[in-house]
Amino acid sequence: MKRSTLGRAFVLPTTAALAFGLVACGSANEEGASGGLTINGAGASSQEAAQSAWRTGFLKNNDGTINYDPVGSGGGREQFTSGGVDFAGSDAYLDDKEVKAAQERCGEGGFVEVPAYVSPVALITNIEGVDSIKLKPETIAKIFNQKITKWNDPEIAATNKGVDLPDTTIVPVNRADESGTTENFVEYLEAAAPEQWPHEVSGNWPVEGGEAAQGTSGVVQAVKNGSGTIGYADASQAGDLTTVEVGVGDEFVKYSPEAAAAVLDVSERAKGRGEHSFAYDLARDTKESGTYPIVLVSYVLSCTNYDNADKAAMVKDYFNYMISAEGQKAAAEQAGSAPISDELRSKIQPAVEAIGSSNSGS
Amino acid sequence: MASTTEAPPRKDRAPQRPGDRIFAGISTGSGVLILLALAGVAVFLVTEAWPSLTAPAEDIPGGEGLALYIWPLLFGTLISAVLALVIAVPLAVAIALFITHYAPRSIAKALGYVIDLLAAVPSIIFGLWGINVLAPVTVDPTTWLSEHLGWIPFFAGPASSTGRTMLVAIIVLAVMVLPIITAVVREAFTQTPKLHEEAALAIGSTRWEMIRMAALPFARSSIIGASMLGLGRALGETMAVAMVLSASGGVSFNLISSENPPTIAANIALQFPESSGIAINTLIASGLVLFAITLVVNMIARAVINRRKDFSGAN
Repeated sequence: MKRSTLGRAFVLPTTAALAFGLVACGSANEEGASGGLTINGAGASSQEAAQSAWRTGFLKNNDGTINYDPVGSGGGREQFTSGGVDFAGSDAYLDDKEVKAAQERCGEGGFVEVPAYVSPVALITNIEGVDSIKLKPETIAKIFNQKITKWNDPEIAATNKGVDLPDTTIVPVNRADESGTTENFVEYLEAAAPEQWPHEVSGNWPVEGGEAAQGTSGVVQAVKNGSGTIGYADASQAGDLTTVEVGVGDEFVKYSPEAAAAVLDVSERAKGRGEHSFAYDLARDTKESGTYPIVLVSYVLSCTNYDNADKAAMVKDYFNYMISAEGQKAAAEQAGSAPISDELRSKIQPAVEAIGSSNSGS
Repeated sequence: MASTTEAPPRKDRAPQRPGDRIFAGISTGSGVLILLALAGVAVFLVTEAWPSLTAPAEDIPGGEGLALYIWPLLFGTLISAVLALVIAVPLAVAIALFITHYAPRSIAKALGYVIDLLAAVPSIIFGLWGINVLAPVTVDPTTWLSEHLGWIPFFAGPASSTGRTMLVAIIVLAVMVLPIITAVVREAFTQTPKLHEEAALAIGSTRWEMIRMAALPFARSSIIGASMLGLGRALGETMAVAMVLSASGGVSFNLISSENPPTIAANIALQFPESSGIAINTLIASGLVLFAITLVVNMIARAVINRRKDFSGAN
């Protein structure tokens, strides 16, 4: 009797120890599997799908490991400027304070900051019997500010001659969670229709009383299920919903990858940030024909100089792949982004070529 | 003399073997551990929430101070959970009664399994069901309600065109808490003393009178306890509410519009991923409020059950 009790008391700890042992082995194996060099990145979650497409494409022809931690833009910038990661992704370019910190971290050559991920935001609608609709920026702002409440409002009818607009109530759908998509859309409204959009720019939707849905898929779902709905979402997720043709100057532009990427070509480069920083103040109020102004532009950041020559070469190759036509195509397929134009590529290429190492001899 | 130094054999204690000591140690340790975990959670919530308690009002998201930020959340949490119980408890009691007193044995057994199975469905599945199936179905009835019964504050309208309303969130919550309440109440009904039931029938009661006289009083404390368990789950439910509810408004009793107050748990889930700084402290402060409410609810439940202990055959 006594022996069996003792015996049983030992069984449990032994099993537990065995289990822990196995777990330990498992994780050890995982680490051991990867050979070669590792570069680490962190930043915007919007780039996550694109980064994974780039990583897959890049590692087909190269050895090594690339990690990208989608902690968010702010976290990515912080980890980059403090030297925690080799490269970063960010939905916004570095602010003045961060520019200083980045220059300090990277030393003499400074840092590289190039737009690599352009994600258009589409306005999606679900109005019975209407499969094409044109809206001016002022009208869009009034709709989302709930100043225009019926689809047959004269202001909407004015730009949609020949379309039979129903007498349904407009249901604006916005993101319930804080998001970069909201921030970019609100930025657009503020720039293109300042008089109709009195709200502050932030990642939180500022107007109460609309339909609020979780995440891009939630917004798409709500627009699809409702009637008389209008919402904003990553263009890649719009599916077969009607997308709004947005007023730019005197014409109306339907979303297309080329039109979205064209915004960067008409935007001003921010000045005084160093030779290799290509930060753009987006011309959201552009009147240039053929540009679609509601876009999210996400940057990738690196140093021009790394102590380790192999690492410098790998970062350079990876950045080259990201902005290459092939890399942009891979991201477009996987993440639905808009490939950057050849014009922009030729502008930012020298910045990427500048990545290197002062210890190149070793 | 030597014999006095030896400890006298104690007769009032059972003999102990190593197994006894180890097991006693493990179970005491587990008991202490749960208390430590609870205290740890409380300490974490208070320390992390502290900066938002002392921050100036305009730094809190919304710019109007902590109380005004949390109040609509608290209101949304309470109204959704309480109304979900209002739907779920009578239904659960009825189901439990059917299983224990009305249904033939074979059906009762199968039905019991199905109800238990419902408890195993993950909440995200309920969320998907709510958003894809239930919400569209409610659009026409709620439109009718807002047109004909609009004078009742609950149905003031205008009805949402997507159906992602507080009403749907409440129904989803009710379905989610139904299994746990049913399971506990059913257990209580099956334990109703056979003698009580037979005595009631012997004095000429109908089956309904027998249930009223014997089964319901016996199970009353279990019903209350089960309701509180359900309330606890409804208060803290996160994913399903975050998916279903269109939370774009403030305090409102209107159940069928797209302007609804968010709930604390859903709001944390929605806002946390992109929050930083004081916004995170504010979210944790709202979590602290939820933690406190859940504790209070559980303590009330305990008090009610203790007061009614005499009715219960469980002791």
